[in-house]
Amino acid sequence: MKFKNNVQKIWGVLIFLSIVTCVEVALGYIKPDILNGQFLALKYLNWIFIILTLVKAYYITWDFMHMRDEVSGLRRAVVWTAVFLIIYLIAILLVEGDYIYEVYKDAAVSFDF
Amino acid sequence: METTVAATGTEGQEWGGGTRPLGASYGKLMMWFFILSDALTFTGFLAAYGFSRFKFIEEWPLADEVFNHFPFMHGVDAPMFYVALMTFVLIGSSVTMVLAVDAGHQMNKNKVSFYLLLTVIGGLIFVGSQAWEWKNFIAGEYGAVKTKGGKILQFVDTNGDRVALEDFATLGPRDVQAYGESEGIWYEESGDLGSTYTIDEVRRGFAANPDILIRTQFITVDGETGASEKTILSREESLFKLNNQAVKVVEGANLTENEYGAPLFADFFFFITGFHGFHVFSGVIFNLIIFFNVLLGTYERRGSYEMVEKVGLYWHFVDLVWVFVFTFFYLV
Repeated sequence: MKFKNNVQKIWGVLIFLSIVTCVEVALGYIKPDILNGQFLALKYLNWIFIILTLVKAYYITWDFMHMRDEVSGLRRAVVWTAVFLIIYLIAILLVEGDYIYEVYKDAAVSFDF
Repeated sequence: METTVAATGTEGQEWGGGTRPLGASYGKLMMWFFILSDALTFTGFLAAYGFSRFKFIEEWPLADEVFNHFPFMHGVDAPMFYVALMTFVLIGSSVTMVLAVDAGHQMNKNKVSFYLLLTVIGGLIFVGSQAWEWKNFIAGEYGAVKTKGGKILQFVDTNGDRVALEDFATLGPRDVQAYGESEGIWYEESGDLGSTYTIDEVRRGFAANPDILIRTQFITVDGETGASEKTILSREESLFKLNNQAVKVVEGANLTENEYGAPLFADFFFFITGFHGFHVFSGVIFNLIIFFNVLLGTYERRGSYEMVEKVGLYWHFVDLVWVFVFTFFYLV
């Protein structure tokens, strides 16, 4: 997006973030049946939520926190570190959580009593 | 002197000192790295939440049943609307913060202080809303009973709509051994301590109302639409569960039990939104301090409003974290 000046850009980003949030809430309220299919153990709807969240996070960091205007070295030092460690931690913990779910499910004893 | 001071021959060159390779001042750089470490802390919490949720993937509470209150609209089912409003408040206060930073670049003291004040007000509204959200969650709405295994049983009518305990249970005669004044206590602790109804009163009320069923915390996937919904038992199964497995009435949520489902959900909700609320609160304090400094003309004299930029970074980070908390607690 191109803006004439800083203040205009700020309002532009606000409108964009608001629209994305409205879309999220609307989808969460309606929960359309077509989005109930699964991809990688997650519903399409949840994938949409996560992707929209990342889009919002990008605009908050890049425009509100002015990451866009920092030199690339600073950008990479902060963003790459975070992205790498976050993906690593989440992947390990979710796989482990799913494993424990399977253990409970196939256990010889019932946990529902 | 020539022999004691090392001359490296690099003065004025790239590594001679005095250059800022990242083009940011020390304070701003450190704020960025603080934010990075804080982001990883929140990641740890949210990933732990994800871990527990995947562990109990078939019995996690459905968020839009838990958070469905809106101020002045009592009894109206308004899932997530209030949280969405809170999100707008926080994004709005982020915007006033950027405007304050922008006004700082133009050295416009009045504008900076005005926008900072708006930011502080937005932050306070947000923290207040969160307190209200907590209040509703702690108080609960319908009430439920807990089984020996710690699972929650909720009550529904034949249409699948929730029924509150007070709709069918009545306060009956109670067989509680009262103590006298000499012991200094009235009752000894019982399993029903703290709840409005005893488990026997719920059982009696349930037996007397044949069109009430029990809904367990287990999620079944509808074969046709693929939608997730909680399992509803038949009348016979309901009676069996209630008479043989239920041990305690649960109203509202706290750190050990939760009428909406798994207690872990409540634990993570309190911990993560509480930690985030603490960040918002400290952000409000920082903004207030900077606001008074702006009024006193500290940055005017210093010739730079960079301090506004630094607290601004922190404030936006709080907003950034909320975006994720909103998604993973309320939407997904």
